[in-house]
Amino acid sequence: MEARKKLGLIVNPVAGLGGRVGLKGSNGAEIQKRALELGAVPQSLNRAILALERIEPADDLKIVTYPGEMGADVARSCGFEPTITGSIEPGKTTAEDTRNAAAEMLRLGVDLLLFAGGDGTARDVYNAVGDELPVLGIPAGVKIHSAVYATNPLSAGDLAGLILQDKVSAFREAEVMDIDEDGVRQGIVSAKLYGYLKVPFRRRFLQGLKAPSKPGEQAAAAAIAADVVSNMEVGWLYVIGPGTTTRAITTRLELDKTLIGVDVVAEGDLVAVDVNESRLLELLKGRRAKIVVTPIGGQGYIFGRGNQQISPQVIARVGRENVVVVSTVGKIHSLGGRPLLVDTGDREVDEMLGGHIRVVTGYNEQIVYRVAC
Amino acid sequence: MAQQDISKHRFTDGKLNLRRFHQARWDEPVIFELSCEGQRGILVPEVEQGIQDEVGDVLATLPDAMRRKEPPRLPELAQPQVLRHYVRMSQENLGADLNVEIGQGTCTMKYSPKINEQLAGTPRMADLHPLQDEETVQGVLEIMYRFEQILKEISGMDRFTLQPGAGSAAIYANASIIRAYHESRGEAGQRDEIITTIFSHPSNAACAQTAGFKVITLYPDEDGYPDIDALKAAVSERTAALLITNPEDTGIFNPRIDEFVRVVHEAGGLCSYDQANANGILGITRAREAGFDLCHFNLHKTFSSPHGCGGPGCGASGVTEELARFLPVPTVEFDGEKYYLDYDRPDSVGKLRPFYGYVPVVLRAYAWVMSLGAEGLREVADISVLNNNYLLNKMVQIPGCSAPYAPGKHRIEQVRYSWEELAAETGVHSEELGVRAADFGIHYWTSHHPYVVPEPVTLEPTETPSKEDLDEYVTVMAHVAEEARTDPELVKTAPHNSTVHTVDHAPLDDPSQWAMTWRAYLKRIGK
Amino acid sequence: MTKERAIVYPYIPNSVLAVKQQMLQEVGAEQIEDFFEDVPEKLRLKRRMNLPEPFLSEYALKRHVEGILAKNKTAGEYLSFLGAGCWQHHVPAVCDEINGRGEFLTAYAGEPYDDHGRFQALFEYTSMMGELLNMDVVNVPTYDGFQATATSLRMACRLTGRRELLIAGTISGDLLSKIRDYCKPGFAIKQVGYDPATGQMDLDALKAAISEGTAAVYFENPSYLGFVETRGDEIAGIAHDHGAVCVVGADPISLGVLTPPADYGADIVCGDIQPLGMHMQFGGGQAGYIATHDKEEYMMEYPSRLFGIAPTRVPGEYGFGDVAYERTSFAEREEGKEWVGTAAALWGITAGVYLALMGPQGMREIGEGIMTRVRYAMLELDKIAGVKVPVFHAPHFKEFVVNFDGAGKTIAEINEALLAREIFGGKDLTQEFPALGNSALYCVTEVHTKEDMDRLVSALKEVV
Repeated sequence: MEARKKLGLIVNPVAGLGGRVGLKGSNGAEIQKRALELGAVPQSLNRAILALERIEPADDLKIVTYPGEMGADVARSCGFEPTITGSIEPGKTTAEDTRNAAAEMLRLGVDLLLFAGGDGTARDVYNAVGDELPVLGIPAGVKIHSAVYATNPLSAGDLAGLILQDKVSAFREAEVMDIDEDGVRQGIVSAKLYGYLKVPFRRRFLQGLKAPSKPGEQAAAAAIAADVVSNMEVGWLYVIGPGTTTRAITTRLELDKTLIGVDVVAEGDLVAVDVNESRLLELLKGRRAKIVVTPIGGQGYIFGRGNQQISPQVIARVGRENVVVVSTVGKIHSLGGRPLLVDTGDREVDEMLGGHIRVVTGYNEQIVYRVAC
Repeated sequence: MAQQDISKHRFTDGKLNLRRFHQARWDEPVIFELSCEGQRGILVPEVEQGIQDEVGDVLATLPDAMRRKEPPRLPELAQPQVLRHYVRMSQENLGADLNVEIGQGTCTMKYSPKINEQLAGTPRMADLHPLQDEETVQGVLEIMYRFEQILKEISGMDRFTLQPGAGSAAIYANASIIRAYHESRGEAGQRDEIITTIFSHPSNAACAQTAGFKVITLYPDEDGYPDIDALKAAVSERTAALLITNPEDTGIFNPRIDEFVRVVHEAGGLCSYDQANANGILGITRAREAGFDLCHFNLHKTFSSPHGCGGPGCGASGVTEELARFLPVPTVEFDGEKYYLDYDRPDSVGKLRPFYGYVPVVLRAYAWVMSLGAEGLREVADISVLNNNYLLNKMVQIPGCSAPYAPGKHRIEQVRYSWEELAAETGVHSEELGVRAADFGIHYWTSHHPYVVPEPVTLEPTETPSKEDLDEYVTVMAHVAEEARTDPELVKTAPHNSTVHTVDHAPLDDPSQWAMTWRAYLKRIGK
Repeated sequence: MTKERAIVYPYIPNSVLAVKQQMLQEVGAEQIEDFFEDVPEKLRLKRRMNLPEPFLSEYALKRHVEGILAKNKTAGEYLSFLGAGCWQHHVPAVCDEINGRGEFLTAYAGEPYDDHGRFQALFEYTSMMGELLNMDVVNVPTYDGFQATATSLRMACRLTGRRELLIAGTISGDLLSKIRDYCKPGFAIKQVGYDPATGQMDLDALKAAISEGTAAVYFENPSYLGFVETRGDEIAGIAHDHGAVCVVGADPISLGVLTPPADYGADIVCGDIQPLGMHMQFGGGQAGYIATHDKEEYMMEYPSRLFGIAPTRVPGEYGFGDVAYERTSFAEREEGKEWVGTAAALWGITAGVYLALMGPQGMREIGEGIMTRVRYAMLELDKIAGVKVPVFHAPHFKEFVVNFDGAGKTIAEINEALLAREIFGGKDLTQEFPALGNSALYCVTEVHTKEDMDRLVSALKEVV
């Protein structure tokens, strides 16, 4: 009998391994071995169980997963009889296993891919499925920079349950970040924007709705774009950073934005795509310019995560007053009151950017928000 | 069986136990389903024969296309059936007359004295035409004039208009006056930005936008106070005004409000005070002393006029003498002998409404103030603040409940709490707690959207609940929070004791399914 | 120390000293003053507010207020022919009964499951209005007909992306003032001339004024000046030919006999529901309606609440809730969708009661009866020397312009003389419509008997 709903489940058993014992990240067999020696206990399995427990086993719900510690154990302990695919070497799972598992679930056409892990796991999933499948992350790693994770395992499970009941139809693109974990261990955080995954989000049952219509995330981004474009001036260059909200700007201008790169626009045309720092500096010579950026990843960084091409020199050249930050209100509120962050690598430029900054949140709508460095 | 002490089942140590509440549930059909062809609810006065003889068939004077052919498909019911239908529906609500109405925070749901209803309903208020010769309406003009004087003293402002239809309309009126002011100085094009805060009522932003302004919203500092540095980053020569509530919806009073006003004045902007949260500061602090140029009060909040399921209310807008020339017309004046309506205001923003406003609401507000006086209004503020802090003290003792921001500080008249801890522990969200609370006969409101405080609930007791009422509310909250731990399914499947269960929202969001009238609904189901 | 006030207030239960003290103790505060520590000294009012002495007993309060109200004369005590936006109709006793019930009076913003009655009563109101108007979407009431009109016009602007509004030349000066304030900045408001013989919109003038920049054409039916616009279909046609929205203001109590504007091409219909069961209340009985067809692009533009019917999670049970449409796109020249707030819901419920009592037969009878009485009044008044009625040769509903150019007295003088005879004459139009000369707007409804109208006629005979 064909099951009505298929839930894909991938658990990265080594995610979060390092965190509790003070090791940053868990990539690499060496680090994993060290962590286990230090008495680390895999967190991801427990987190995955917490999430999956929120979903009721049912005859018309099939869980598709990988063997043993990559998902089957979790599924069984939550009362499911999962469909198991693939094979692993127990105790020695790798990133390739994650990628294979994800690819298999894409092939099987699961309705949702639920995965427990960290930034590394998110990248592996992305490599396998791109944006072809709705996915949702159960946070289980150390500090997570990718925006594809629910706030905690319980809400991940709840949201997954709602999707399986067809109660969620809204999706957003969430950034997958490429964090150089070795660098982190050496005290240098360097993050690149890796790609976007398609993540569901639920408009919460909101009390006392006061107006019949309001903008969804897409409409909000379009409104922001309309505002930015209407304020674009002749003779100025616009350095557009990566992000879904900034992409709405180039969409409005009917241009093609690179997915994860920095593009330059002037007078409605693309001047350069996917530029690096030196190209930017070249272009800026003798020109007036504005930088348009949006917070990337779940941590609220407007500089330093995913847009390092906009280097401190570039920022200093352009000037703080010509930095335009854009963001939907939803994204601002997901910061939970924490400030926006900057980490350009240059202390002086960071401090210049710190304080309060205007953020375009809609058409003729702005907010003033704190920036910390 | 012998007599028993029933109190033992109802009270424990003098405190009321949880009510075994059930809301009225009539399973009442939609009125169209009750229609019986031919029935009449009321008969219309007949036209006298003498008139009919002279006029003949008046409908013949209408061109055919303007004569309604198909009668409107209104339901047909006899009078007792109409009455019964509506009385039943009236029972299926939880108003301030019924429940301990502190769960609708920011709405200032206080007791609406019945004597004021009586007064507002008398023919000498209800049966006045607004265009009657002024000598025949001296009484109602006097009420309006006197009430304006009262508001002037409460706020320190110089002139008021009672015309706006409610709070948001008053905010719009203020935005319109601000626009007129800058226009008069030739700066309308330059000053196109209005600043507000995220914890002010969302209408501040919406009404400013409607008046053509760009809106800049300030986010608070870590302690939840409006952030003066954010304000400084926001003001410029483009600033038209600041619209701000104080205390804000978190219940926190901004002690630097006069600085805020100064910063905006120095930039050339005006400052307007949204006094929706005035209930806790009557007689304590005023718009004038803080330097405001405009303010507004919600007469259906602080001033006790009932909420009427969503109006009518009244928004009274106050201004300094300098801005009085822009007030909407007419104003009510007194020349020493009689009261009159004054339209002679060439710089007025014009009419914002037909006539003069919801005058019976003004009458109720006037009567309410006159029953209390200055001492009484001060007591209103004192007790609403005492009630709020008493409630705060008890709420934060409930495991899982916290009051974010301003740690250790007192609040004024309301608090925005957070159930974040409880939600993280149990997966039960604030809205779900609210639904279960209805099973005990109380209301509960989270917050404006999008949420800034996570898992919020906003409570505003006002001065009219008793200590026992407050205790009852806390008892319910504590009980429901505990159920979130011990029996989350019961909470998540609530309500169990309300008139109906939770509505499936899908058809309400889907253009192919929604139906805003019965006729639209019949089309959807193919009837 | 807590200032020891001796007074215990009936509306403030915790004003009892012992209770206050107990509560303070539980909170751990010395005095209530502690709670205001965040309010700096410099912002404090350091004196008692200078307000009139209160009337602490209910009896004294009642006597005081009634004493002031005694200075009023009601429209019923006199004989009133005033209209112009607020009208004297009979208010059924059941209407007063229902909107006086505390359960409706003091409810506010509860949820669909615990305020089901409010939602259902308002859904029924919008449904009954839908039948009257022959349209599928009606809003929960806004403040008044002026707001409904101004919002309808801005909705038309948002829908079309255009900013020019063509408004009938016969609307009230007050409504025009409201529109000018509300549709600012950047909107162009033009009035279209009317045929002085009929009052109807001058279609040639309309054709000349309309362009591809016109967002909406607005007219009223019946007009503020009382006549029925008989070529609404042509006006709508011209509007549509240019891609403009046709907005019509309609008195709901006329729709038992007059064709609903939707039937001759109106896209948005708006107006005031005060005639449907609200006492005049010196202008406090106003409430506004906006109605459209069920088209997504219109729905997106409503700033009011819209209540829909929906099943609950229990099979066989239905409830009501707010339509919560999430817009997925952003339109050109988008502005904010105005605002939503407390407006006039109780009057909406009352209008529902009224329509339910009246039913289709009642609505027809009242409309026909009003028109008949108006016709009688017009015929009789015209017989008076110096009085010319009708000014407009068109059908009228419940109001009509009376011209007194031949009377030798100003309207003000005439009305003063009528006042001495305890009659309120029609609204003086000389300032508002100078082109109409010495004219007044008279209103006759179902409350006027033959005797009343004959009395007016004899009084005017004496006066002019």
